[in-house]
Amino acid sequence: MTELKVTAEPGSHEVRTEREIDAPRDLVFRAFKEPELLAQWLGPRRYEMEVDTYEFHDGGRWRYLHKDDQGNTFGFHGVFHGDPTPDGMVQTFEFEGYPGHVSLDTAVLEDRGEKTLVRTVSVFQSVEDRDGMVQAGMADGMREAYERLDELTAKLIANS
Amino acid sequence: MDASTIDITEEQLDAVFGALADRTRRSILARLAEGEASVNELCAPFAVSQPAISQHLKVLERAGLISRSRKGTARLSHLVAEPLKEAVAWLGGYREYWEESYERLDELLDAIRRDGSVPTDPGGSSS
Repeated sequence: MTELKVTAEPGSHEVRTEREIDAPRDLVFRAFKEPELLAQWLGPRRYEMEVDTYEFHDGGRWRYLHKDDQGNTFGFHGVFHGDPTPDGMVQTFEFEGYPGHVSLDTAVLEDRGEKTLVRTVSVFQSVEDRDGMVQAGMADGMREAYERLDELTAKLIANS
Repeated sequence: MDASTIDITEEQLDAVFGALADRTRRSILARLAEGEASVNELCAPFAVSQPAISQHLKVLERAGLISRSRKGTARLSHLVAEPLKEAVAWLGGYREYWEESYERLDELLDAIRRDGSVPTDPGGSSS
């Protein structure tokens, strides 16, 4: 298993991720394309995933819900732009808990023979939106604070 | 997207991250992670005056990161762990979401390749 790489440059509207998957590209594409497969991997395990709408074509709507065991539901929706292919899946993305803040997400599956590199770019409407939605922990000047936080919490957890 | 992001308010996060944006205050927290300390004890490692340290302690107290008590004439500061844990949970949300998703994708694709067919969803939650 390879590590997820997350890049969020200070002051930019973008977040980029990269993750190598140990499977050929056509198979990885199916996992993005078929809602019954998508529901089995997208999102943390502690959420029950329900794909409400998934029209995987130009102009098609998508909507899915993550439900936790406390009865909370987190909804997400958007629209596909252009027919999605392994070379590019472009969609808008909106968290229903933070309405009006929309990102434009592109995923590209790069063929690496028996493996596939999944690259994503999310472009937000503002730096604030990005930092608010993304929680990436890389905003300007905060890098060191986060490293310190990690150290601190490690100590705290060890002492508690 | 993470339940912990819902519990903590923007104002709380501003206060916590504002407090953490200063190197001296982070060092004070690191010291307090080892145990309570008086203002004098906290001054010792820094080339900073006692009033300056007291000022930093006020900021940390307002952010809910420390609590203060009196022992004789000394005022002791204690670390309060909860806001830090919440801040870390908030920061980790995006990475965690995608890390776990991709781990599940690995497992799903392994299963498909092994069995040659699409496994049924154990949660039965897809439409």
